[in-house]
Amino acid sequence: MSTTQVFAELAYWQQTGIRVGAALAAVLLVAGALVYMHLFKAVSFMQSRLGPMEAGPYGSLQLLAEVGKHIQKEDIFPAKADRFVFGAAPFVVLASTFLLVVVVPAGPDAWFIDHHNSDLGIYLGLAVSSVSVLGILMAGWGSSNKYSLLGGLRATGQLIAYELPLILAVVGVVIQAGTMNMADIVYAQANGEIFGLGIVGNPYILTQGVAFIIFLIAMQAELAQAPFDMPVAESELVTGYMTEYSGMRFLLFFIGEFATAGVFAAVASVLFLGGWYIPGIDPGADVMNLLGPLVMLVKIVGLTFLVFWTRFTMPRFREDQLQRLAWKFLIPIALANIVVTGILKVAF
Amino acid sequence: MALIPGLIKGLGVTGSTMMRTIFPGGVKKPIPSPVKGAETVQYPHEKEAPPTRARGVIALHEENCTACMLCARECPDWCIYIEGHKEKAPPRRAGGKPRQRNILDRFDIDYALCMFCGICVEVCPFEALFWSPEYEFSEPRIADLLHDMSRLSEWMETVPDFEDYEAGSQQKKLKVPPT
Repeated sequence: MSTTQVFAELAYWQQTGIRVGAALAAVLLVAGALVYMHLFKAVSFMQSRLGPMEAGPYGSLQLLAEVGKHIQKEDIFPAKADRFVFGAAPFVVLASTFLLVVVVPAGPDAWFIDHHNSDLGIYLGLAVSSVSVLGILMAGWGSSNKYSLLGGLRATGQLIAYELPLILAVVGVVIQAGTMNMADIVYAQANGEIFGLGIVGNPYILTQGVAFIIFLIAMQAELAQAPFDMPVAESELVTGYMTEYSGMRFLLFFIGEFATAGVFAAVASVLFLGGWYIPGIDPGADVMNLLGPLVMLVKIVGLTFLVFWTRFTMPRFREDQLQRLAWKFLIPIALANIVVTGILKVAF
Repeated sequence: MALIPGLIKGLGVTGSTMMRTIFPGGVKKPIPSPVKGAETVQYPHEKEAPPTRARGVIALHEENCTACMLCARECPDWCIYIEGHKEKAPPRRAGGKPRQRNILDRFDIDYALCMFCGICVEVCPFEALFWSPEYEFSEPRIADLLHDMSRLSEWMETVPDFEDYEAGSQQKKLKVPPT
């Protein structure tokens, strides 16, 4: 009996429960793994040191220790803070991540929204990913702190500016695949051919390489990682919109940062790297429900390593340089990419 | 656009440092062993010997101290406390006047205040104060950071023998007394 049939026999609430658990695991476990592998270890090795080594073997339980520490801390509200807005902001940011992971398929049946009946896909994903801007603006405003407010405004300006190249880069992929359905984009890459060769399919990183690079740069900026970390520039704004947060709510922001990195990397790997597809195995085969999430995990780790490698290497952009890069450089190139993709799509 | 080669070079520096740390054997022995590759040591388990002239803690050679108070007066944050009294010593020659001698009663350094500037060591004319490279003397209670005369004298055992300065140096040479 195939996994699909087993799954179909469960009641709706049981299926929903499994999917909610899977979404939590897909966001939180991946975020924890990224914190350990990239923030604790990769950056340490890049600086020729070892990083955390005490908690668990090779410091692998360090994150649990950090979580325990943050939960114990006092939940401080500034005296003049807008209490509701201040308290809700981290949840809004984290909710945006959980909404975004919903669109990512990790196998022919391993999805969170039904890809057979819905064509929302990447359209929904790009829409809900913008919700985090609201949370950050809420955090900046609610703190009643000038550093927080400046950080929140900078973050808003940056996220809106880089939302555009992100969306325009995706449009190229959507034109080539002819669909917004994330699962169908994977099938289109698996069944595609490049120059008559169909061995590896056609992962769109080959034909949409420009869009891929724009997507990566815009993703870096959406995550507010260096060199785009102007909103949390610690030398001028303490930690920007997170300045007044402590304890659990700071932890939510911290996890949200890495969870969003993982989810954006998942979206990028579906759009450009062929998602759960392995060359030689039918992407619709039943076994891909088990292999698919692993393949996705490898791609997520690889892509986020690029993000954090850049983060740990580059100095920070100035605010005007940052805006200029988005509006004068990335958006025109993304638009040109759409035009060229459209012409070639019609021509062939 | 002109920035791109620099950006890639920067990525190369961090990337190659990471590979060197993970694989200290290089291409010939690609076994991941970051513990060997890292430049740092895991402090409580493994200790690096500090350089012999490192400024860790100040040691007192009690016999040389004349309670002249120079160090206490030069100390920028007044963390040295000295008390002494005068005693008559037998005259040098028979029939002469009895001499006066300063006896040290108290010599405390409050390491909670000390900023390790080393002016007291510099200024001591009788070679009674020495730098020791020992650095592990933190305390759970801040009051315990006040080291008294006996504690300061114990540090003398950790003072290494004086090594010559570089050739041509005109610095005064300290004679470390045997303890």
